[in-house]
Parts: sequence; C-alpha cells; structure tokens
Amino acid sequence: MSDATITESSEAAEIPAGSDDGHDHIGLPHHTTTGLSNTKLAMWLFLGSECLLFGGLISTYMLYRNRQSDQIGPDQLWDIPFTSATSFVLLMSSLTMVMAVSAAKRKDEPRTKMWLTVTALLGGLFLAGQVYEFTTFYREGLGYTTSLFSSSFYTLTGFHGVHVAVGIIMLLSLVAMLAKGKLVGEKSETVEMIGLYWHFVDIVWILIFTLVYLIPA
Amino acid sequence: MNSDDTMTDTGVAAPTVADGHDAHADDHRHKEPSDRQYIWIAIILAVLTALEILSTEIGPQGSLLVPMLLVLMFIKFWIVASFFMHLRFDNRLFSFLFYLGLGFAVVLYSAMLATFHFWTG
Repeated sequence: MSDATITESSEAAEIPAGSDDGHDHIGLPHHTTTGLSNTKLAMWLFLGSECLLFGGLISTYMLYRNRQSDQIGPDQLWDIPFTSATSFVLLMSSLTMVMAVSAAKRKDEPRTKMWLTVTALLGGLFLAGQVYEFTTFYREGLGYTTSLFSSSFYTLTGFHGVHVAVGIIMLLSLVAMLAKGKLVGEKSETVEMIGLYWHFVDIVWILIFTLVYLIPA
Repeated sequence: MNSDDTMTDTGVAAPTVADGHDAHADDHRHKEPSDRQYIWIAIILAVLTALEILSTEIGPQGSLLVPMLLVLMFIKFWIVASFFMHLRFDNRLFSFLFYLGLGFAVVLYSAMLATFHFWTG
C-alpha cells in the first residue's frame, strides 16, 4: 500500500477519487468506505465514549455530595467568584482554539501557532487555578479520604484536570511540530482533532461548573 | 487544482476532490462561522455564564433556580458542540456518534441514580 493510501497527505489529495489511481492494490477506495475522515470518525467515537466516563464520575458525585463529615462541605468551601473566573478562562480558551482551527484551515501557520500557544496558556491558567483550589481545600481539612463527598469531588475534578493537562501537552507538542515542520499529513485536520478534544474538555467543565459548584447541595 | 484554491475566506473547504478530504459525504451543509462570528458566540457564552452566576446570587430561589441553571447549562453545551465543534456544519454521523454516547450515558446513569433512590431522596 502506498503512502498515499494510508495518509491524507497533500500528495494523496492530488489523486482524483474514483479514478483507478484512487484505489489501492486490494481494490479499496482511496479515501474511506464511509466517505468520511477515519481520524475524525475515531475522534467523535472517542468523545462519545468519554461521555460515559464523565457521566459516571458526575453521577457518583451527585450521589455522594451530601455525604460529608466534620461539617466540611460545599457551602463552607466553594469560592464561586474564583471558580467563575477560572471557568471564564477555560471558556475563552475554546474561542482561541477555534481561532487556531480557523487559521489552520486558511493555511495561516503563524496565526495557528499563536492561537494554539494562547490556548495552552489559558489552559495552564485554568489548571493553576485548580491546583490553588485543591491546595486551599486541603488546608481547610478536606483530604481525599475525608468523606465520600471529598473523594467523589476530587476524583471528578481531578480527572477533568488530567484531561486539561493532556490537552495542554498536545497543544504544545503541536506547536513544536509545526515550528519544526515535522507535522505530516493534513495539518488543518490535526489541529481540528486537537480542537475537538479541547472543546470537549470545555463542555465537560460547563456541566461540572453548574452541577457541582452552582446548584446548591 | 491547488488545494489553496479550495479554501474560502472563512476557511471552509470547498467540496472538491483535491482537498484531501472526501468531497461527497463530508457535506458542509452550511457555511461555517467567520472569526468575527466566533467572537460573538464567545460573548454569548460569557453572558450566559454571567447569568448563571447572577442567578445563584440574586436570581430566583427555591424550585425555580435549579431548572433555570440546567437550561442555561444545556444552552451553553449546545452552543459549544454545534458551533465550536462544528457539529452543526459537519456530517450528521459525527453528531450521531457523539449524541449516542451522551444519550447512553444519560440513560445509564439516570437508571443508576434511580437505583440508589437519588430522585426520591
């Protein structure tokens, strides 16, 4: 199988679909059987499965949110103005991410790198806020094993934080690969895939912010 | 055709076979938003977030508060999924896969919470 049949590189794009050259040696169509990008299909399938992961964590938190000990619960701990600020930062990172995708589709590489870097910085700011929040809660006596409430809270928000951290690593890796010219295949699609992941992380936080922080226990 | 030629001002790939993507099924039914429109969408999201926070401080209390917060949350969710994640403009199969996972999660965990008498206290 030639490189053109296994990647969606610009070289592959030169071959008209439907022509003899657009099929590989076993007679499969050049693109995909669904006619859609397999990478994108896999990403959406992955995000669909992630809904189940976060659904489990959110419902576990909802179940145990009133199982507190030593009078340390949401009412004593939550700092809504601070969490609102970090939520706003993450929300705006979705805007910068979509700007990066838009720039990548226009093949404007400098702006793509700039918006990706800004997105990573905003993600880092959100993560720093979460670390600060966790540290504050711990100092106030809310450890991971203090109560069912604390365990489910730290697990849910911690998992989300890990997803943000992974997203930041992907964003910075992408910027480095773009800078060194090591990104192979369709660049705009790679940026779009990481964008989908990043927006999903934002969407999950939209749910967490309302269900965990705003709705009273 | 040069692939650059297939790009429009808004970054939408025109449905040709030379853009490295499928031109037949990956149907961009609608025009994707421009950068300016993305900024407006972000402003709307920020306003909705501000409304959520305000409603917990000075908004309706009691039984009205939770439904209001949930409605605002779902609107924000839908806006990000539809516009920032392009579900509104992409092939419907992507929407199907995502909302299938989401729907499955909602049904599964609603049943789980019902088992633990979450809804009835």
